[in-house]
Amino acid sequence: MLDLLAQTGLNAVYAASYISLIAVGLVLIFGVMGVVNFAHGELYMAGAYAVVLLYTDFQIPFFLAVAVGMMFVGCLGLAMERALFRPLRDNPLGGLVASIGFLMILQSLAVMGFGVRMEHIPPVTQHVIEFSERVRLPLSRLFVIVAAVVLLSALWIFLKKTRFGWALRAAAQDPEAAALQGISINQTARIAMFIGAGLAGIAGAMTAPLVSVNPHMGHSVIVTAFIVIIVGGVGSLEGAIVASVAYAFVHTFVTTFFDGVIADITGLSLMLLVLIVKPTGLFGSADRA
Amino acid sequence: MRNLLIFLAGAAALIALPHFLSFSQQEILVFLTINVLLVSSYRLLTLTGEWSLGHVVIMGVGAYASALFTKELGIFVPVSILLGGITAALLAVLLSFPLFRMKGFYFLIGSFAAGEIIRLLWKRFRDPFGGPKGIKGIDPMPDFSIGIYDFDFFEPVSYYYLSGAVVVVCLWILWRIERSPVGLTFHAVHWQDKLAEASGVNLRAYRTLAFAIASGFAGISGALLAHYVGTINPNSFDVEVMVFVLTWAIVGGTGTFYGPILGCIVLTVINEIVLRELGFEQMRPLIYGAIMILSILFMPKGLESVVQKLISRRATDGATGQEAKT
Repeated sequence: MLDLLAQTGLNAVYAASYISLIAVGLVLIFGVMGVVNFAHGELYMAGAYAVVLLYTDFQIPFFLAVAVGMMFVGCLGLAMERALFRPLRDNPLGGLVASIGFLMILQSLAVMGFGVRMEHIPPVTQHVIEFSERVRLPLSRLFVIVAAVVLLSALWIFLKKTRFGWALRAAAQDPEAAALQGISINQTARIAMFIGAGLAGIAGAMTAPLVSVNPHMGHSVIVTAFIVIIVGGVGSLEGAIVASVAYAFVHTFVTTFFDGVIADITGLSLMLLVLIVKPTGLFGSADRA
Repeated sequence: MRNLLIFLAGAAALIALPHFLSFSQQEILVFLTINVLLVSSYRLLTLTGEWSLGHVVIMGVGAYASALFTKELGIFVPVSILLGGITAALLAVLLSFPLFRMKGFYFLIGSFAAGEIIRLLWKRFRDPFGGPKGIKGIDPMPDFSIGIYDFDFFEPVSYYYLSGAVVVVCLWILWRIERSPVGLTFHAVHWQDKLAEASGVNLRAYRTLAFAIASGFAGISGALLAHYVGTINPNSFDVEVMVFVLTWAIVGGTGTFYGPILGCIVLTVINEIVLRELGFEQMRPLIYGAIMILSILFMPKGLESVVQKLISRRATDGATGQEAKT
């Protein structure tokens, strides 16, 4: 029993790391630009397919493929910012529709380029860390956990210590006042979009050998990410991380002890409960709606 | 007199329409009538300023309810379609208690969560909802004959006449509701909520009323769908369908009654008929997505704004012509 609990706990930590990478990117984009990026799950998918193409087909070393994939998805984010979100800045519903359109384009590009079938990616490493006979952590999962911790810490330092991070937080708080202080809204939007998309891309690239890669993989991810950012409080990075961990633990444990559908229902019910009791989320402030 | 003639000509065109189409296009026509009702009921909800992401699941509630009523209780199909709508409306009243504690973006996500929970319950409980495979072999409408025309409801043309008639009646009711004092209050709830509240309008009650009415008509459209296709499952009502409804409403524009209907018809015709005929089968989502992006970028007020511009131009042309005469 203790073994099972420990193993489920490890699985939850792994789930929490990639969920938080995706959710933090989504929160960053929402916070700075005020749009709900529905295509975020497809950016994650694009990261995974970058690894399929570079690592599986072209035999490029895995970590190089991941880095290239992250840059590629970050640039996709830049393109979205310039082509879609900048012209629609004063039209939140418009941004939503445009991102849904972009989602469909990315998805059908993936279908045309790779087919609807699941991709097979050879494992990066077969190595498994064994804590005991029944508690084991595959090394490739550890990579994802380490990547999440390193990247999120780096983002934290960037946001709190550098001038760019300062500008970004100012623009998120009050775009107009920030612009009056000489902060370029376009510049901060570009940075937020590049980082947000890049985080989704690296989450997809790192987990590609561990999950089933197919053109519709973004769907369940975006639902999870929405739950997480609502529970954490829309616009709050700390909230997104805390909620990712909480959600991952609840979901993984309920999946292990009951089944996957019950786990989904539990997650959604918890989110609804949070919305009813504290509609701004755990870490959200009342004025950001 | 002139309006009556236009009305008669329109009705004749709608009755004649399916006979010029291929079988698969006739089927699309049936779905189109159902979707027109769905998107129009959605607009009634947006009148109060709330955008829901659970509307398609509510439609599914009507479909499941009607299917189960006929299957388990043996209720006559037309009655059970109505009961499906009523069930959906009652469920909406229940859902309004948690959901209307939220507004705006939070309502959007909250309604999505509520809808998804309902959908997952269908998926999880094999009895009575049939689990992931859903309900099969739903009773069709019983056939009947009116002398000049034999209704065989496996034929899309017959079902089109039925669903078309139901949808026209429902649209008329929706139109009357919007024009009634209640409908005007919905507008007030959206645009002047503080003033409306100060004038003694119970905002929460009117929001709930709009939600219940919209859900009732969505339920009817779902029941119409269930008795046509004969099989429904949780994936028939997932968020991808909701995305389509949302884009019909936004691309069409929600400022007028006809905006969402226009959006639904135009986008469906482009997606199902034009792109299919041109042979872009695999690229359809790509082109559809591009059309969505372009229309929101260059036509942010929706298709209805184009129509309004055309009408006002003709009106001003007429006015200047009159001036020239005098």
